Amino acid sequence: MTRAALLLPLALLVACQTPPVARDPSPATGPGYVHDDSANAFGFAVRNLRAEHRNAFFVGKSFFNENWIVAPASPVARDGLGPLFNARSCSSCHLHDGRSAPPPPSVPMTAMLLRLSVPGIGEHGGVRPEPTYGGQFQGNAIPAARAEGDALVFYDELPGRFADGTAYSLRRPRYVLTNLNYGPLAPGTLVSPRVAPIMAGVGLLEAVPEAALRALADPDDRDGDGIRGRLNVVWDARSGRLATGRFGWKAEQPTVFQQTATAFNEDIGITSTLLPAENFTPAQRIPAGLASGGSPEISDRILHDVVLYARLLAVPARRGADRPEVRRGEQLFTELACAKCHVPELTTGPVRDLPELSRQRIQPYTDLLLHDLGDELSDQRPSFAARGNDWRTPPLWGIGLTQKVNGHENFLHDGRARGLAEAILWHGGEAAPGRDRFRALPAADRAALLAFLNSL
Amino acid sequence: MNSLSNSRALLCLALALLPLRPAPAAPAPPTEATVLAHYAKLVHANAQDAHAAAQSMQRAIEAMLKSPSADTLAAARRAWLAARVPYLQLEATRFYDGPMDRLDPLMNAWPADENYIDYVKGDASAGVINQPAKFPRLTPELLLTLNEKEGKRNIATGWHPIEFLLWGQDFSATGPGNRPFTDFTPVAPNHARRAEYLRVATTLLVGHLGELVAHWAPDRADNYRAELLKAPPADALARVLRGLGAFSGPELAGERLTVAYETKEQEDEHSCFSDNTHNDFIYDALGLQNLFLGRYVRTDGTRLTGPSLHDLLQARNARLAARLTKEIEAGLAAARGIPAPFDQAILGADTKPGRQAIKRAIAAFWTQSRSIVEAAGALGITLKL
Repeated sequence: MTRAALLLPLALLVACQTPPVARDPSPATGPGYVHDDSANAFGFAVRNLRAEHRNAFFVGKSFFNENWIVAPASPVARDGLGPLFNARSCSSCHLHDGRSAPPPPSVPMTAMLLRLSVPGIGEHGGVRPEPTYGGQFQGNAIPAARAEGDALVFYDELPGRFADGTAYSLRRPRYVLTNLNYGPLAPGTLVSPRVAPIMAGVGLLEAVPEAALRALADPDDRDGDGIRGRLNVVWDARSGRLATGRFGWKAEQPTVFQQTATAFNEDIGITSTLLPAENFTPAQRIPAGLASGGSPEISDRILHDVVLYARLLAVPARRGADRPEVRRGEQLFTELACAKCHVPELTTGPVRDLPELSRQRIQPYTDLLLHDLGDELSDQRPSFAARGNDWRTPPLWGIGLTQKVNGHENFLHDGRARGLAEAILWHGGEAAPGRDRFRALPAADRAALLAFLNSL
Repeated sequence: MNSLSNSRALLCLALALLPLRPAPAAPAPPTEATVLAHYAKLVHANAQDAHAAAQSMQRAIEAMLKSPSADTLAAARRAWLAARVPYLQLEATRFYDGPMDRLDPLMNAWPADENYIDYVKGDASAGVINQPAKFPRLTPELLLTLNEKEGKRNIATGWHPIEFLLWGQDFSATGPGNRPFTDFTPVAPNHARRAEYLRVATTLLVGHLGELVAHWAPDRADNYRAELLKAPPADALARVLRGLGAFSGPELAGERLTVAYETKEQEDEHSCFSDNTHNDFIYDALGLQNLFLGRYVRTDGTRLTGPSLHDLLQARNARLAARLTKEIEAGLAAARGIPAPFDQAILGADTKPGRQAIKRAIAAFWTQSRSIVEAAGALGITLKL
């Protein structure tokens, strides 16, 4: 790392002057933020973590990081992997509580996955899982079972130019499912890729009152700005009713709890009280009870701790927010209308079970709403109220630390973008005018916009 | 007397000779700049010791690989334990994005999943070592690529894979793992690959410790030390304090002690193969105390002292300085009070002495972490932990 890069962020980490009062220069410094820009930046607890939640936080962290193993095994709390699975631990994909990347071409996926479905509307308005392989393709299995096969990604390069003539190239992914162990896929199977998003801040996002999101929504574009924004309406298995979707790339999950239980079930093959069935279909003829790690495999208490851990993960504070280039970039972020969907500031409501998250100004740069991002990004796979072209605005906080925490800069739901500029260039649909303006910016302004994003 | 008990004896002797408080104030009052310069000097000396001890370990491992026997394996294990002593004292320099933070994932990531590296009970073909078709050549590049690949427990490099290769899995209630030396002889499948893995992992570790020394070397214009000392002193001080605070609270009290206390799982202990976890806590706490008091006892017994964070704090808030000194001493005492082996101490009812001792240590480390934030405040620094 260069000296300048190290000095500048750190200079803003702490405000230093003579006692007793210290000024806080960073725009977001509530207790939900930590002032750390190391490779651990996404893994800290909120600073107001209550003493009575401390143990659960660290136990949750441990279960988030560690591998699940094939049952039966001596550490009984951690057995029950599979029979089919994508990953052995949460941290397999969310390494250091961060973001995963696609594999190189022709290497089977391990830290990203493909969702599967067939056309039509399924239970509770959701997707119809592929009849044999289910709702997700699992490329791994315990020794006593057969994996579903290999999921591969290949890319086609699409050359383009900025208005000033500078060349760029975007890569468009193609997915190939091969070595299929349970026969052919149903005709017309819909495939949708997913990389793992960052964990930091999910509890704060969950704490934003639904009314605030509803107020941001504009499904009929009444204000005529070309930006719509809709809430997804999804199934909440715990309450047994429809609820607002907030999490996942298409906002298909209503709560961190359900997101976590679903990921345990579908990604790692771990059953829970919420989702007691293993993640294979009858057509796969896997013997019931094969390598079961108990029923459920993750106890309510451990699941609670992992969910608490996720919810209480703090967000890294901004670095270098006062630099002139960054301020210029921030101005462009507004001018290009990026901020219409990547809404800079929200306020959390009261959170009864975790008061640490209550009533805070946060700067997530999201509205948690679905927006049409155009045909190029479409997965052609509707899910609840989300259409193929719709994606939930992902939060941008922490995005500038992706390289440092996760060692890559692959962005968007499928990780196709190699860097933030490519991610912007892929925006279409409602964001097409903003993207076109980005393409027309002089190089210094493009750099300023990226500098702003990297300060988040 | 082996080298470990030797260095321990020297350390104990040196500690016994240390006054509880630093000597009466030197004529010139400490400044932020002198305190930071001395901090850098201590860390450099400590890193040199860690590097030298790892080189001794490397020689012992080479000797064992050359002629594997119970004796040479025991000597390699002793060298590993001895090398941990200076290394652990450096851990209090983590958590401010300094050199240790960049190197720690390669050197000290834990807990390591054994079956990622080598065979385990019930699975003779597990691990990189036993998959020659998949990993034909065990190169430094391969191990670096595999480290933390697809999961935080998939540890391929650093102290703990070396520990696992020296000790093996620990199934004993009273002692550490007991890998037979024959694992490195032709009777064992893939013995040459096992030896090669150990050799490569050791070479990498020695190399990383060499990098650490270079980061802190004096009289260099382009290393971390130079950058730290050129930074505005308040910023540099904030880093150092942040490291101490984050290390004692979230790391020591949280990840290292609380998780094992709550889960009672052996795999949640830091040095689980060698049963050396109790020493990890002691030398971690000692390292933290070193940096606060501005002193370090080198492996050869040389004692370094100089202007310290304590002195700086004392000039601003003598009562807080005295309290924090006591709390840090209490943290060290609490660490010493944890009975060995740690994997047995965590078991049983909460009233058992082992669990009580761990609980006391958790409380002590959180207390000192909070006071470090307070101390930073007294020095005009807002520390957000």
